[in-house]
Amino acid sequence: MELLSLSAVELGRWIQSGRVTAPDAVRAVLDRIDRMEELYHCYVTVDREGALKRAREVQEKIEAKELTGPLAGVPMAVKDNLCTKGMRTTCASRILDNFIPSYSAQAIENLERAGAVLLGKTNMDEFAMGSTTETSFFGPTKNPRNPEHVPGGSSGGSAAAVAAGECFFAIGSDTGGSVRQPASHCGVVGMKPTYGTVSRYGLVAYGSSLDQIGPLCRTVEDCAVILEILSSGDGEDRRDSTWMPGKLRDLVTALKQDVKGMRIGIPRDYIPENGGEGPDPQVRKAVLEAAGTLREAGAVLEEFDLGLAEYAVPAYYTIASAEASSNLERFDGIKYGYRAGGAQELHRMYKKTRSEGFGPEVKRRIMLGSFVLSSGYYDAYYLKALRVKHLIKKAFDAAFARFDCILGPVAPGTAPKLGESLADPVRMYLGDIYTISANLAGLPAISIPCGSDDKGLPIGLQLTGDCFQEKKILQIAYAYEKAAKGGNKV
Amino acid sequence: MANQISDEIIEYVGILAKLELSGEEKEQAKKDMAGMLDYIDKLNELDTENVEPLSHLFPAGNVFREDVVTNGDRREEILGNAPSRKDDMFAVPRTFN
Repeated sequence: MELLSLSAVELGRWIQSGRVTAPDAVRAVLDRIDRMEELYHCYVTVDREGALKRAREVQEKIEAKELTGPLAGVPMAVKDNLCTKGMRTTCASRILDNFIPSYSAQAIENLERAGAVLLGKTNMDEFAMGSTTETSFFGPTKNPRNPEHVPGGSSGGSAAAVAAGECFFAIGSDTGGSVRQPASHCGVVGMKPTYGTVSRYGLVAYGSSLDQIGPLCRTVEDCAVILEILSSGDGEDRRDSTWMPGKLRDLVTALKQDVKGMRIGIPRDYIPENGGEGPDPQVRKAVLEAAGTLREAGAVLEEFDLGLAEYAVPAYYTIASAEASSNLERFDGIKYGYRAGGAQELHRMYKKTRSEGFGPEVKRRIMLGSFVLSSGYYDAYYLKALRVKHLIKKAFDAAFARFDCILGPVAPGTAPKLGESLADPVRMYLGDIYTISANLAGLPAISIPCGSDDKGLPIGLQLTGDCFQEKKILQIAYAYEKAAKGGNKV
Repeated sequence: MANQISDEIIEYVGILAKLELSGEEKEQAKKDMAGMLDYIDKLNELDTENVEPLSHLFPAGNVFREDVVTNGDRREEILGNAPSRKDDMFAVPRTFN
């Protein structure tokens, strides 16, 4: 058990010092997966032989001093919407349930080059559309902190695998909170970096202007180390035209236990005093206590009016659905994935394949997206949402002229019970109210554990920074983590 | 609900989305879409008269590169994913009558 409760970076040190080998670490995790997976269902695919083989190769390179990095030999899990060469990549959808990519995502190539060992692919909401991991074609994942509850979503399998000790760290994608919200619900650390800092090459697109890849892990130190590797690469690499190489260097230098004089803003509408539209009182209390901890450590905290929070969700769902309807056009039953039988003509085959291959939530968003992009409605809905996005961006620009960081909750409540969320889509979408703005404005934001409610379900603290100011929020998160006694152990 | 989605609109959106919905699914889709649009209409509370639509967060221009082939022959890997193939081609149902 001791081994499995190490952070990724701690395990990496143990491996470098010879205290444990990479194959030992993989075997320990696979054993844990064997015992817990039937209950939690974090994974869509586990590749035992591949992981052990890779661990042996990495171990040889470590012993030959060819691999000396912090993640060499460390077992990881990857969300099933990131392409992995030769390993099934399903997006938790029937329409891709037999797709085997001929290439890996650049982010995953980076991690593998650094010696991380891929264990398998984690469960998610179908095409990352959902907040509970219940829309997966392969069935829901359970929250390891309490299996009657969802792990959050859409990177629910990744968050649950970290919380359950079924990997040492995991990779997810965040379009409207899909890394940060499950991290919050499972009591782990999760971060969405600035838009464009991690190449999206090989990430199956949902909302391309919003999607970013990010880590889920046990400590802020892990988060900095993984993010540095995720974002690394050659500026000549032009496989994602929105990628900006070299923006996240030396993140570990930000891990200083010092927040003296740092200015932190708390949006009043995120923590209204009378309850009202705000978060659950227990969430509010935990977040304000965390703010108090940072104040004691020397940070300067101030409440302010950010405004526009209530408009972020409708703007987001318009933009994300529009982009999804376009991105998901490619699934037509010709080049890969599922094809419906019995259609005698091409267009009937397209329609039948897509109707049988996509689940209800994906269809709902494709329909809405097609509608808001259709002639006659484009200006009123799609362009309107892009104008509101502009207002939201300006509100954040004004806030970051005053503050180093914005502090608030990740989600309005803790993890809901299984089966309680999907019936009312608009209500479920409102659960993303505090995470979505960071995607619309392209901002980096981290979720770190800051306590639990009376049922023992974890609560997450969100720290949002200005674009490319990852170091500031990592520094504040690190200082908070140390002050609040430590990273999250299994 | 303030928004009413007609059968014609659902039919038209189904064509755009290349989705074939059953009668029951259509009724549900009408309800879901009307509910979402009611919610999205909240954006009309904001005056955006002089606000430009923001597509790209950062100054974006075309990114040019030489079109150099870097990958090898992956024909079998790629065709291996095809639901149906004929020799080295993707096979599809007939397109014209």
